[in-house]
Amino acid sequence: MIGSLPPAAVMILGAFLVPLFKGRARSAFVLLLPIAGLACLLLVGEGEFGRVSFLSYELTLVRVDGLSKLFGWLFHIAAFIGLLFARRAKSLAEDIAALVYAGGAVGAVAAGDLITLFVFWEILAVSSAFLVWTRGTERSYRAGIRYLIVHVGSGVILLAGIIAHVQATGSIAFDHLGVGSPGTNLILLAFGIKAAFPFFHTWLTDAYPEATFSGTVFLSSFTTKVAVYALARGYQETELLVYVGAAMTSFPIFYAVIENDLRRVLGYSMINQIGFMVCGIGIGTELAVNGAVAHAFNDVLFKGLLFMSMGAVLYRTGKINGSELGGLYKSMPKTALLCMIGAASISAFPLFSGFVSKSMVMSAALEEGHDVVWLFLLFASAGVFHHAGIKIPFFAFFAHDSGIRVKEAPSTMLMAMTVAALLCIFNGVFPEAFLYRHLPNPVDYEPFTSAHVISQLQVLFFSALAFTWLKRTGLYPPELPSANLDADWLYRRPGAALVRGAAHVVRAVRGRAVAGGRAAVAAVAAGGRRHTGPGGLLERTVPTGTSVMWVTLLLVVFLVLYYSAR
Amino acid sequence: MAPEDRISDGRDAARSSAGRAEEAASGAERPEADAPSSGRRHVFDNPRNVRRVILYLLLACGAVFALDLVNLVQGWLDWPELRHRERSWEGLPGFYAAYGFVACVLLVLAAKEMRKFLMRDEDYYDR
Repeated sequence: MIGSLPPAAVMILGAFLVPLFKGRARSAFVLLLPIAGLACLLLVGEGEFGRVSFLSYELTLVRVDGLSKLFGWLFHIAAFIGLLFARRAKSLAEDIAALVYAGGAVGAVAAGDLITLFVFWEILAVSSAFLVWTRGTERSYRAGIRYLIVHVGSGVILLAGIIAHVQATGSIAFDHLGVGSPGTNLILLAFGIKAAFPFFHTWLTDAYPEATFSGTVFLSSFTTKVAVYALARGYQETELLVYVGAAMTSFPIFYAVIENDLRRVLGYSMINQIGFMVCGIGIGTELAVNGAVAHAFNDVLFKGLLFMSMGAVLYRTGKINGSELGGLYKSMPKTALLCMIGAASISAFPLFSGFVSKSMVMSAALEEGHDVVWLFLLFASAGVFHHAGIKIPFFAFFAHDSGIRVKEAPSTMLMAMTVAALLCIFNGVFPEAFLYRHLPNPVDYEPFTSAHVISQLQVLFFSALAFTWLKRTGLYPPELPSANLDADWLYRRPGAALVRGAAHVVRAVRGRAVAGGRAAVAAVAAGGRRHTGPGGLLERTVPTGTSVMWVTLLLVVFLVLYYSAR
Repeated sequence: MAPEDRISDGRDAARSSAGRAEEAASGAERPEADAPSSGRRHVFDNPRNVRRVILYLLLACGAVFALDLVNLVQGWLDWPELRHRERSWEGLPGFYAAYGFVACVLLVLAAKEMRKFLMRDEDYYDR
C-alpha cells in the first residue's frame, strides 16, 4: 500500500497525525515517518508515476531518476537526523512544520513538471517560515516575516516564469531550460533567490540564526539544496552560473571572519559551499555536475552536524556569540569532538566527506580552463577552513575559558550528531561504496591521488599556520558583539524608510480625502436637514383640500391630453 | 545550587505551561551535581600543551612542504611524479602552501578593515 503513495505524501500527511501522539509515542512516530518515506521512495524505483490531469495539462507528480533519487534519499536521512536532534525541543509545532517542510523538499525534487514543482516550492516557503517563528521571540517573528516575503516572492517569480515559458513553448516539462527566453530567465531568478545568489542571500543569514536550536538544523538541510537540484535540472552548462558560483564561494567568507553569532558564521559558510555546487552546475561537464550533486549530499550532512553542535551549545548555555563562549571542551567534550568532525569534513580534509566531492568541482574547473575561477575556489577552500573549520570549534570550545560550566549535550542530540558524523567519515573514506555509485553521471574519478592529497594538505596546514600566527601576534580581529551590514541593509533601512515615507504620504492624502468627504457629507446632511427639519420644505403640513385641488388639476390635464391625442 | 539544566534561549516565554508540564512529566533531566569541579585542570590549561599543538602543526607544515621538494627531485630524476602538475605555475614547489597562507592572512586583514565601515551595534536593526 505504501508503494502507491507519492513519497512526499508520507511525511506531509503523516505530519497531521502527529498531534494524536504524546511523549515517547510521538517521538517514535515522527522518527518512523522519514524511514517510511524512504522505504516508499525505494519501493517505487526509478521512473515516472502519478500522472494527473489538471486544466488540460498532464502533471507528473513523481519522477525518480539519476538526478533526483540521491536528493530524495538525502532529504529523508536529513529529516531523520534533524527530528532525532529535535526531541529535546518538545515542540509539536516544530515537529509538524519540519515534517511538512521535509516532505515538501522531497516532493519538489521528485516533481516531474513545472506546475508540481511550483506547488512544492510554496509548501517549502510556508512550512519553513514556521520553523523560524517557533523560537517565539520578537526578533524571530520579524526575521520570519522577512524570510516569508522573500520566499513567497521567489514563488511568484517562479509562477510568472512558468506562465511565460508555457506561453512560449506550450510545455510544462521540467527538463533542461537554459537562459535566453524571458520565461526561463525568470525561473532562473526564482531558483537563484532560493539558492542564495549574491544580493539575494540575506534571507539565509538573517533568518537561520533566529530559529530555535533545532529549527536551524532543518532549515539548513532543505531549501537551498532543493534550489541546487533545480539548477542542476534546468541550467547545466550555463556559463553565468560559473561566475555566480565563484562569487558565492568568495564574498561570504569575509563576513564569516568578522561575524560574532556562530550560527550566522555557519550561514555565511553555507553560501560559500553552495557556491561550489552552483559553479559545478555552471561548468556542466559530467565530472562537475557529479561534484555538485555529491557536494550537496555531503554538505547537508556536515553542515547539519555543525549546526547541531552549535544548537547543542545554544541549548546548554543559552549563548551562541563567539565573544561570550570559549573553553566548552571542558564540559562538552563529546560535542566538541563531533563538531570537529564536521569542521574537518567541511574543510575537505582527506578522509572526510568534503574532500571527495569538492575536489571534483575544482578538478573540473581546471580541466575546462577556468583558471581564474579555480583560483577563487582555492581561495575559498582556504577561507572555509579558516572560518568554519577553525573559527567555529575554536571560539566555542577552546579560545579563552569563558567560565561556563554546563552538562554534556543530551543523549538524543549526541546520537543525531553521531549518525551525521559517521556518514561524513563513511563518505570520506569509502566514496565508491555508496556516494559515487549513485551520482547522475558515471564516475571516473580518483580523489585520493598523491597530488590531490598533498596539495590539499598544504592548503589546510598553512591556513592553520596563518590562523595561529595571526592569533599569537594579536593581529586576528577579536570577536565583538556587533551587527555587520549586508545587502539586507538596503531593505531594512533605506527601503523601510522609503515605505514608511510612502505610508506617511498615503496617510496624509487619505486624511485630506477623508476630511473633504466628511465635509461633503456634512453639507448634504445639513441641506437635507434644512428641507426635512421643522419648517423645512418637505416637512410642511398642507390641508387636504390643497391635495384634492392638485389631483383634480392632474386629472384635467390628463383628460385634455387624452382627447387631444385621439 | 547546581546550574540550570537548560538556560533560556528566548523560547521559554512563548512556551505554554502545558509544554512545561509535559517536560516535567516526561522526566526532563534534573541537574545533578555533575558540574565539573572548578579545581580540575584541563588539557589546554597547561600552556605547554598549547605549545605542543603548535609544534605539531609546524612539523606537519614542514612535512607537506618537504614532499614538494621530493617531488622536484623526482622530476629531475625522471621518476614518477608525486604531485602531478596541471599547470606550470600550479606545479611550483610550495604553491599551495604559499597560496593557503597568503590567502588566509589577506582574508583576515581585509575582513578587519571591512569592520570599519560595516560594523554596527548589536541592536542596530532593533532600534
